[in-house]
Amino acid sequence: MPLVVALPLAGGFLAPALGRVTGSGRWAAALPLAVAAAVLVLVLAMQGRGDEAAVLWMGGWKFPVGISLYADGLTRLVLLVIAVIGLLALVFSMDYMRQYTSPSLYYGLFLLMLAGMNGVVISGDLFNIFVFVEIAGLASYALVAFGTEADELEASLKYLALGAVASTFILVGIAIVYNVTGQLNWAKIAQAVQGAGGPSLPLAVALAFFLMGFGLKAAMVPFHAWLPDAHPAAPAPISAMLSGVLIKACGVYAVARIVFSVFGATETFGWVLAVMGVASMALGSLLMLVQADFKRLLAYSSIGQMGYVVLALGAAAVMQARGVSEAVVALAVFGGLFHLVNHAIFKSLLFLCSGSVEYATGTRQLKELGGLGARMPVTGACLRVAALSISGVPPLNGFWSKLVIILALVLGGFYTLAAIAAAVSVVTLVSFARVQRYVLGGAATAAAERAREVPAGMGLATVALATLCVASSLVMLPSVRGVLVDPAVRVVQAGLGRRAPQAAPVADVARPACPAVSGAGAPEPRLDKPAVPHPVPPAE
Amino acid sequence: MTLAMLPYLLAFLLLVVGLYAVVAKRNVIKIIVGLAILDYAVNLLLVLVGYRPSPSGSPMAPILTGGVAHEPALVAGAVDPLPQALVLTSIVIGLSVTALVVGLAIRLYEKYGTFDTERMRNLRG
Repeated sequence: MPLVVALPLAGGFLAPALGRVTGSGRWAAALPLAVAAAVLVLVLAMQGRGDEAAVLWMGGWKFPVGISLYADGLTRLVLLVIAVIGLLALVFSMDYMRQYTSPSLYYGLFLLMLAGMNGVVISGDLFNIFVFVEIAGLASYALVAFGTEADELEASLKYLALGAVASTFILVGIAIVYNVTGQLNWAKIAQAVQGAGGPSLPLAVALAFFLMGFGLKAAMVPFHAWLPDAHPAAPAPISAMLSGVLIKACGVYAVARIVFSVFGATETFGWVLAVMGVASMALGSLLMLVQADFKRLLAYSSIGQMGYVVLALGAAAVMQARGVSEAVVALAVFGGLFHLVNHAIFKSLLFLCSGSVEYATGTRQLKELGGLGARMPVTGACLRVAALSISGVPPLNGFWSKLVIILALVLGGFYTLAAIAAAVSVVTLVSFARVQRYVLGGAATAAAERAREVPAGMGLATVALATLCVASSLVMLPSVRGVLVDPAVRVVQAGLGRRAPQAAPVADVARPACPAVSGAGAPEPRLDKPAVPHPVPPAE
Repeated sequence: MTLAMLPYLLAFLLLVVGLYAVVAKRNVIKIIVGLAILDYAVNLLLVLVGYRPSPSGSPMAPILTGGVAHEPALVAGAVDPLPQALVLTSIVIGLSVTALVVGLAIRLYEKYGTFDTERMRNLRG
């Protein structure tokens, strides 16, 4: 299990060193590819364990001293998504990155980002999640600036400033949680929160900080400002990784873990998430309609599509609190997670296609493109599959997950939200119909005249993702769903199941939490803690 | 509102100051300074979490709970070491972020000859 993080981390430092020794030839990609493939194999070997949650204490140190890695159904699902998309993005990079200088540095940063994301997903304690978010974040800031032109540098600066603010919020949240519970291991925090009968006021403040921090990382409205700059500026495979995976691993996964598994979702948090989801859906999709830049359009659609995921998870929490039947709640969670997987697949495919188009024509302005359907048949076909999939056309995967989400919303009694979700889907369809018309249809423009089909590596990656777009519809089959997604659904639902009573008075918050070597987990009172409530931060 | 809460409030005040600098300032260097202030604020908060004057007069280093009964001097003076370890890590991360952002600022200055973000914004949306 630690190899999932250790391999890319080691590779991240070896790749640039190797590149310096051997020169930056085509072989620069060999080591990263081997690492990504090995990670995929490891992750595949972890699948199919059902509800089993594996805990590993690093270095053999036990509970209070050691650091733990943790893998349950949700972890395995997200790891699988990261590994698959990461490998295909690397395959695409082999040919694509020949436009740039110093590819070995690029591969090193790519692997660091991979290590960071895997680490976020697999960490058993909050502070390690923070550290890995920062590793992935640092690598991605540098990758966004990789082109070192004015646009890229500015986008990276904006991304970095907001990302650093997000990290600060997360760390403040961690400090408050540690102050109240004396724990960093999130399973123990969950026990402490439960023991206290639900989140108290300081913990609610901490949760607000976590929501702001990870909401910024996930680019949820109103924290979305950096994404439309940062994602288009990066090289195409990195845009695919950022939009397809990073905002999920460092954003939505972390929010789901902290809101659901650690704090136990109450109706209020559910509503906060649902409102953020709806706002993201509406704003992302509407702004998508007016974009002239291909990749910027895709970036806005990422905001909108992640809105679906967050809406489904938030609505599930609200439904649970209102006593809607377990089956409907499970359906909403399943829809959210399924859409997360699907979005990773079709959005990375769309970004890779935009990369292919830019590679062939040298532009990504929609108005300057045209007639590429005939000149680039493979890329064109893949782009069509992805566009249909994201618009929710049956029988592609996007249709199924949106259907499940809307169905769950209707069954749960949220008719307005269901109507908004359906309307946003129509807007998406219109917007991607426009993309197809500009890029693929019509007469060839000046830029498209010289366009030729892209090299084999890039074609291979896009075709593989397009196949996955079709294949992941199979998740609707109960047998496939039972192996891949259902354990993750049950993890999230377990967090929902805790119907917490009203928050306890602040001074009574249990502090069972002295990490003591003696006594295996026996709570010992912490002597240095007077019952001083944590100050509430001033309004910002 | 007791006097014991004052350091916490000051740490949060520092946080707000840093946030203001990052959000409202136009000069890249001032934004970087803001990020540094944010870093210090949260580090300060973490250190504060580790140490608080105790009315019972018996703070304790939690990791050593089992074996320090015969070390009254240590028990009386020790603070929770874990937040300090966190702060060390946080400082290292802060350093790398600062190094990266300063590098970006230098490259931006080479492109535009200015640190004013208003005059370099060619991406909006």
